[in-house]
Amino acid sequence: MLKRLRENKSAQGTLLASPTMLWMIGLLIIPLLLTLVVSFGQRSPDGDVIYSFSLDNYIRLFGYSTDCDNGQASCFDPLYLQILWRSLTLAFNTTVFVILLAYPLAYFIARAHPLRRNTFLFLVLIPLWTNFVIRVYAWMMLLRTQGVINLMLGWLAGLFNIPFTPLEMLYTPGAVLVGMVYEFLPFMILPIYTSLEKIDNSLYEAAADLGANGLKTFARVTLPLSMPGVVAGTILVFIPVMGTFIVSDILGGRQVILVGNLIQRQFLDARDPTFGSAASLILMILTLIVTYFYTRKFGFGEEIVVA
Amino acid sequence: MNPHRRHPFIFSSAMLVYVFLYAPIVVLILFSFNASRANVTFEGFVPSFSDKVVMDGSLVLSSPCGPFHWFCELAKDKDVAEAAGNTLTIAIISTLVSSVIGTMAALSLQRYEFKLKPFSQLSLYIPIVIPEIVMGIGILTLFSQLFGVINSSLGLTGDSRLSMGLGTVIVSHIAFSVPFVTLVVQARLQGFDKSYEEAAMDLGANEWTTFRRVTLPMILPGVLSGALLAFTLSLDDFVITFFTNGPGSTTLPIYVYGLLRRIITPQVNALSTVWILTVFSVVLILQWLQNREAKQH
Repeated sequence: MLKRLRENKSAQGTLLASPTMLWMIGLLIIPLLLTLVVSFGQRSPDGDVIYSFSLDNYIRLFGYSTDCDNGQASCFDPLYLQILWRSLTLAFNTTVFVILLAYPLAYFIARAHPLRRNTFLFLVLIPLWTNFVIRVYAWMMLLRTQGVINLMLGWLAGLFNIPFTPLEMLYTPGAVLVGMVYEFLPFMILPIYTSLEKIDNSLYEAAADLGANGLKTFARVTLPLSMPGVVAGTILVFIPVMGTFIVSDILGGRQVILVGNLIQRQFLDARDPTFGSAASLILMILTLIVTYFYTRKFGFGEEIVVA
Repeated sequence: MNPHRRHPFIFSSAMLVYVFLYAPIVVLILFSFNASRANVTFEGFVPSFSDKVVMDGSLVLSSPCGPFHWFCELAKDKDVAEAAGNTLTIAIISTLVSSVIGTMAALSLQRYEFKLKPFSQLSLYIPIVIPEIVMGIGILTLFSQLFGVINSSLGLTGDSRLSMGLGTVIVSHIAFSVPFVTLVVQARLQGFDKSYEEAAMDLGANEWTTFRRVTLPMILPGVLSGALLAFTLSLDDFVITFFTNGPGSTTLPIYVYGLLRRIITPQVNALSTVWILTVFSVVLILQWLQNREAKQH
């Protein structure tokens, strides 16, 4: 038996990979299939799952009530579609702002003196190592009506004798956007840095020799060569933003409801796992579609593993 | 042209981003010394030391620990200690398991040909391309349905029933760490020169000895960085833990989240400060060790 295993390379490979595969199948693929099955089920009065084949959850998600079958206009309620759209636009906006903030910093680090690069990079990583939940809390302290930002704005206004009423910043969509940008910024800085750092200095010299000015060099050399980093960063930012519920929960109060919050509530307060499963599958399909078209256009950033 | 020349625009915007990254953390740490229990505005440090805590409304006037009042309160908190213990237990066990099985998978995917290889490789990318919440509720559904079936078919009641707890959290943490460990070790194996192993075999070492004395030392840096990644992912995880934990398996992130939805005293800030400083010093020590290692070679 052992001797046969020793000669059979293919069996050895399968055996070595099997514990990991056990985990991938048992805790990734089976749960996904189970989610699919549950999403076609119905909720029993005490919040359990009745297995059946019903499309009710999906019909409900797309805004049609199953109670009225006449198809009256009043039956259509786009509440859940609005939530999906809100999550998509928020993820898009977050990604754009994160790129705008991450790029200059990544560029600065990549062009810094080699001895200082690690320190600058290290400074990007420290906030990432403080806990996700703690970082949301920090923004709660900053954005409160009596919080630090209003305090400083009030002080500034006082200097110029401008009347000042504290801004209501917490529990608004803007607060959620700031929180998301802050949470995921390092995930963009690292891959962009990795791709910028790879650019050979001689390319810049060649561009300069050929008469390109700084801006032209950036547009024709730096930016195209750093695109793999931007693509990888976008995947690392867009996907988690689509599913995160803590930021909107804490900085958005009950005002800003995203798909993540919708799903979470079905499993806790509302106790309707079948509807939650359907929403979760729609979320997954939505992110897969966006990622598919995005990577087809720009390629799959190879920097993704490095980060 | 000096390649390290700094454009003033680049320099100033980079510095602004650093301010954006650090301002919240500085405020967070400052407020952990707040004399105000309500913790909405900063009312100054706890001014003096005394045998007993003296309060005036929500203001702490004096405390046995002085300005470090909230850190002392934190040290007395049994829930925090339990959550910290859970967090570490989960992180250590899931890191050990995922490093070992992830390295095995990386070796297999890089060295062997077998039927399920393309499928195996592809499955590693699933946790990267689907939102964590989808994975979380999937695992939650799996465990709750599975435990429901087992409990009712074996007629288990009361305390002997299977339920969510440390076990389910650890198993789930392994699930999201393993792909990262595997991919990191695989990347390391890609530039691996096989002739060292062949030389060892030629000199009469068997497979196990070759692995232990040649292969493992060469891929060890990759395994260690994979393990470090798994450890930090586990420490930081909120979403998966949120859906798979049960009574007695609260971790620090879950505990803090619970507090944020109720009353927030500066004790939460003190906890955050301790967390940040711990992580910071551990990372500094690791960096220092790495630099020393690099200098020796």
